[in-house]
Amino acid sequence: MSEPALLSVRNLELWYAPAVQALRGVNIDLPERQVTALIGPSGCGKSTFLKTLDRMCDLVPGVRVSGSVRYRGKEIYDPCVDVTWLRKQIGMVFQKPTPFPMSIYDNVAYGPRTHGVRDRPRLDAVVERSLRGAAIWDEVKDRLKKSALALSGGQQQRLCIARALAVEPDVLLMDEATSALDPISTSKIEELIAALKQRYTIVIVTHNMQQATRISDKCAFFLAGELIEFGDTTQLFSLPRDKRTEDYITGRFG
Amino acid sequence: MSTQTLSRARWVRGCILRLLLCLSAALVCALLAGLTGYILLRGLPHVTWQLLFTQSSVLRGTRGILPNLLNTLYVVLAALALVLPLGVGAAIYLTEYAASPRLVRAVEFAAETLAGIPSIIYGLAGMLLFCQLLGLGTSLLAGSLTLAVMTLPIVIRTTQESLKSVPQSYREGALGLGSGKWHMIRTVVLPPAMDGIVTGCILSAGRVVGESAALLFTAGMGMSLNRFFASWENFAHSSGATLTVALYVYAKERADFDTAFAIAALLMLFTLALNFTAKWAGRRLRRRKGERNE
Repeated sequence: MSEPALLSVRNLELWYAPAVQALRGVNIDLPERQVTALIGPSGCGKSTFLKTLDRMCDLVPGVRVSGSVRYRGKEIYDPCVDVTWLRKQIGMVFQKPTPFPMSIYDNVAYGPRTHGVRDRPRLDAVVERSLRGAAIWDEVKDRLKKSALALSGGQQQRLCIARALAVEPDVLLMDEATSALDPISTSKIEELIAALKQRYTIVIVTHNMQQATRISDKCAFFLAGELIEFGDTTQLFSLPRDKRTEDYITGRFG
Repeated sequence: MSTQTLSRARWVRGCILRLLLCLSAALVCALLAGLTGYILLRGLPHVTWQLLFTQSSVLRGTRGILPNLLNTLYVVLAALALVLPLGVGAAIYLTEYAASPRLVRAVEFAAETLAGIPSIIYGLAGMLLFCQLLGLGTSLLAGSLTLAVMTLPIVIRTTQESLKSVPQSYREGALGLGSGKWHMIRTVVLPPAMDGIVTGCILSAGRVVGESAALLFTAGMGMSLNRFFASWENFAHSSGATLTVALYVYAKERADFDTAFAIAALLMLFTLALNFTAKWAGRRLRRRKGERNE
């Protein structure tokens, strides 16, 4: 691996219940400031894997995780790790847009306020920068005080990205962030991802293989909880090393 | 011929059934209207300034229910002040923190059972626990405590229901931004649940206003003026009859039906007002949410 690994995962296993194993011995090194796409058929564990990276999987009752996930060399499953700090560093954008029932401004300011920013001019600056960063500023700048729930689905999703950017994360996790959106909104968010990778490390889960080839630098193929293949996107899609990867990307199953 | 008689018999049966259904509906309406009308007609003429703003005096031979009005107010305020933090806190714990679904189910079942217990049993238990064991005597404080216990299941259940209706995505979104659990609850869970909490609170206030059985043993029948805001002693140690208890005292012990009906009319109006307030508050809060939804 030439690039330095930002997130380094070793022997990661996860059970939802004693008999339900969702991840089996995953080893992967996610490079900094690149877009990594996670692909695979439904239920293969790619979303679960994403959730282990910022410990959102802790919210599922009865879940058990073993193995190691290191973020910048720090073990995140160490009991002394502050989960709020971790989730500030590693932001998450969900499949369905999930704005809070508040104004657009308050949605974006939610994260900074949570982490103690009260100063109004500073908040204003963060909100504008984040909304510009998520390419939605021009659409909402005149109605920042209006409800976020009045926005369209695509706008809501970009708002959620802005909300995630506002806490100045290091990594951005996106769980099928475009699957609930129309093609135009999807292409806007894809452009956005391409722009964001200058500053952030991005990991996206996608069902859409064209999307993976369009926007990702690295690609990881999951099947039945195992990481089958991980490599450069161009290499993985043109010369897959594993037969199962080839079957999947040529549409033989999934 | 036979078909004709059959259809005629059927027609007659249909008519009779309709008549019976109409009658039962009419009976219900008549009962309701009659009862309300009777109480208002007999009670309202006796609702006078003197009745509302003095206390009864044997020497002057006057009737006044100011002490009972104030006692009702005190008991409502004190019971709500006790039950709200307890009930809302318990509901938050059950929906947001409790790890064991079995514990939650057990508490929910207990709350439902408690809600169905006749209130006189709360009175009995309150008398034994608050008046005797804790030495509060027959007092407004003991009555308020008893009613707080009695309305606890209502507040817990309504709060729980409205907390459950808050989308999970709000919680995930907030936690995903690095918010702590309590901060998440305070900022994205409680505000959308507020309408349900307020409605539950007003409904339990209505329950408290209308309660008499649980207060007979605990708050007692004191008919003189208690100055709650002036003296803690008064509140904690002297007995005081609320409006419903006073109604019982006037009707049963003093055979003063004019005053009793006046109180009944007032109680009916209060309960009506509280129910309307609950509806209005719920609708208003929902509409505010709705506007934000637009």
